[in-house]
Amino acid sequence: MSGTYLGMPAFPRAAAASTRDTRLRANLTHATHTIRDKRARAVAELDDWARLRAAGAAIKDRMLRHLDHYLERLETAVTEAGGQVHWAADADEANRIVTRLVRETGETEVVKVKSMATQEIGLNEALAEAGIRAYETDLAELIVQLGNDLPSHILVPAIHRNRSEIRAIFRREMASWGRPAPEGLSDSPAELAEAARLHLREKFLTAKVGISGANFMVADTGTLVVVESEGNGRMCLTLPETLISVVGIEKTVPTWQDLEVFLQLLPRSSTAERMNPYTSTWTGTTDGDGPQTFHLVLLDNGRTDTLADTVGRQALRCIRCSACLNVCPVYERAGGHAYGSPYPGPIGAILTPQLRGTAGKLEASLPYASSLCGACYEVCPVAIDIPEVLVHLRERVVEGGPVTRGGVRTVLKPARGHAAERAAMRAAGWAFDHPGALRAGMRLAARTRRLHPRRLPGPGRAWSDTRELPAVPAESFRDWWQRTRGEEARDEAARGEGSAK
Amino acid sequence: MRVALFVTCINDALQPRTGQAVVGLLERLGVQVDFPAEQSCCGQPQFNTGYRQATEPLVRRFHRAFRDYEYVVTPSGSCAAMVRDNYPRIGAKAASEGRGRDLQQIAAAAVPKTYELTEFLVDVLKVTDVGAYYPHVVTYHPTCHGLRMLGLGDRPRRLLENVRGLELRELPGAEECCGFGGTFAVKNPAVSAAMGADKVRAVIGTGAEAVCTVDNSCLLHIGGTLARQGAPVRPVHIAEILASTEASTEGPEVPTEGPDAGTVGTEGSLR
Ligand code: SF4
Repeated sequence: MSGTYLGMPAFPRAAAASTRDTRLRANLTHATHTIRDKRARAVAELDDWARLRAAGAAIKDRMLRHLDHYLERLETAVTEAGGQVHWAADADEANRIVTRLVRETGETEVVKVKSMATQEIGLNEALAEAGIRAYETDLAELIVQLGNDLPSHILVPAIHRNRSEIRAIFRREMASWGRPAPEGLSDSPAELAEAARLHLREKFLTAKVGISGANFMVADTGTLVVVESEGNGRMCLTLPETLISVVGIEKTVPTWQDLEVFLQLLPRSSTAERMNPYTSTWTGTTDGDGPQTFHLVLLDNGRTDTLADTVGRQALRCIRCSACLNVCPVYERAGGHAYGSPYPGPIGAILTPQLRGTAGKLEASLPYASSLCGACYEVCPVAIDIPEVLVHLRERVVEGGPVTRGGVRTVLKPARGHAAERAAMRAAGWAFDHPGALRAGMRLAARTRRLHPRRLPGPGRAWSDTRELPAVPAESFRDWWQRTRGEEARDEAARGEGSAK
Repeated sequence: MRVALFVTCINDALQPRTGQAVVGLLERLGVQVDFPAEQSCCGQPQFNTGYRQATEPLVRRFHRAFRDYEYVVTPSGSCAAMVRDNYPRIGAKAASEGRGRDLQQIAAAAVPKTYELTEFLVDVLKVTDVGAYYPHVVTYHPTCHGLRMLGLGDRPRRLLENVRGLELRELPGAEECCGFGGTFAVKNPAVSAAMGADKVRAVIGTGAEAVCTVDNSCLLHIGGTLARQGAPVRPVHIAEILASTEASTEGPEVPTEGPDAGTVGTEGSLR
């Protein structure tokens, strides 16, 4: 796995490869089951969880309905507090802005707080092209970066790695990025964490520019919030002279009062903690305290297009807790890389096709990367009905329809490559709406049932490679009913009586 | 009391014995069962694959078949969930596309009267002991749509616990999806098969003779995987367990023939 998502194959192909990777499967099963059980216990402690969840969804919905208003309010508040606000319509624009801002400082190295938005836009790669080196400081991001790898989980980007793999990566790579791994490093979690701490500390102390995302932005006061566990974020947010935060526009919340709801929902859903260890908040700049220059880059990159879709827009409520990944049976087996974006699992399956559109093979395959079991919806702290959105996006893939791309409302044509399926579905729909024809078909199948193959050729192999085919019974239910209690049976009974007279 | 049986297309074509079991069970409990012949498929395969408009004629057909009944009972958690969760969505979308409100009205009428079998038994008939006898070791897999969309909760379990002779074995990881997921099984065969293999391993580990669910569609997948592995565990629909009595250990009226009749089916040997 190299550090890019470009040219990723469609989900089924990538997933098929990862289901055969037994080490990956074992790492993922162990990690996701542990965290999912912990989450269930943490959530069960609160008897008002259902109400918190409903409140979280309602606050986000209200914010999204009036997003323009809250964003302008946020801009005003940040500016008044000494920050500078930049608007980025897409990834390229955001990368250009950040690159320019770093260049203006004259620095060639930056430290980074783990951020989904900067991964979404490929910021590290863009900075590298401009000769600027970005150091990831979250432990798992560090592992991914050192391993020239891609994150496979929102919260635990290196979830696909186990301890001994991490040790090998540290020993092999740390030296070329800075302080080398200590001699005789073992794979105990404490030693690995200490190695990372030593490696990172010199970065924290020398870096002049920090780059972050944010979990929330309070529109009322212009305050940004980062919620984390390791403390690396606090370092990056306070030590550098310049701080640049790249944040998706949907991370806005109207007031501090609203924030209260999310600061309860997020840690329990995410790390199964009652409260996360570090919550950093900052409002513009403060003389003599923390970064003296603060830039906020507000990122759209497909979000307002998503907002235009009345069913799909609920994906914008997401607070990136990753609970849906941890309960997803498909994620557990396919792994995060198969989703071809920094957003894996159920949320990725509905977010990526909306942010990027459904024209690409990978994007068009994502809405089908689910058995619609509903486990994700059940745990989502902001009640995103992921199965509903998946089905909605499937319709967009196969039937086309109205969408908004780049702010323009257009009508998508049905995707090519689904023509045979479309014909089959229409034929099935027709047959089911013509029971006479259907019944004739079923009778034919019953009469020929001894001739049916045990394994299917072509696309049918997808079923019969691992599963027996159902046997066709001699008589359908319909025919049984008709024979035993239907009109024919009654008529026969009546005729029987008649002839006996 | 008179109810309409919505047997579902899968049961009609592939698992008639499940429909027969529902008829036998409900009649035994004093319910008059009708089978409106106009019924067909609920439209779930089309809808869940993205063909919403192709589903609409089937929604109308459901309405024509069942409009005169106060109760519609179906031995499928998934098809009941289709009616209850998705018919209103289909109606709302049609209305929002300016195609009238009739589908919305149809959905509003269908939702409150459509019951999955175990719901109907426990909530409407208010029975948990249906007088069944099934002298076998059974494990129960709660299917996703029954569990999470319908919220069946412990209804199936309470019914099973009252079956004489039945020993219920806990299924580890019971709430995890079996990997069927309709067209998911063929669109993502590798992941579906991996999920099925894990489910089947858990089922076999219980030592049960039979695995039961409220849905034959999931059982096609679980049973097909079991059969391919040559495992001795039988898939059986809960209706068939609840329909069994001491008197019917020979099985209800089931056209059993030939050894191949039950590759995935639920053969008389278990009754
Ligand atoms: S969709 Fe819901 S559960 Fe998944 S990451 Fe977002 S907030 Fe968490």
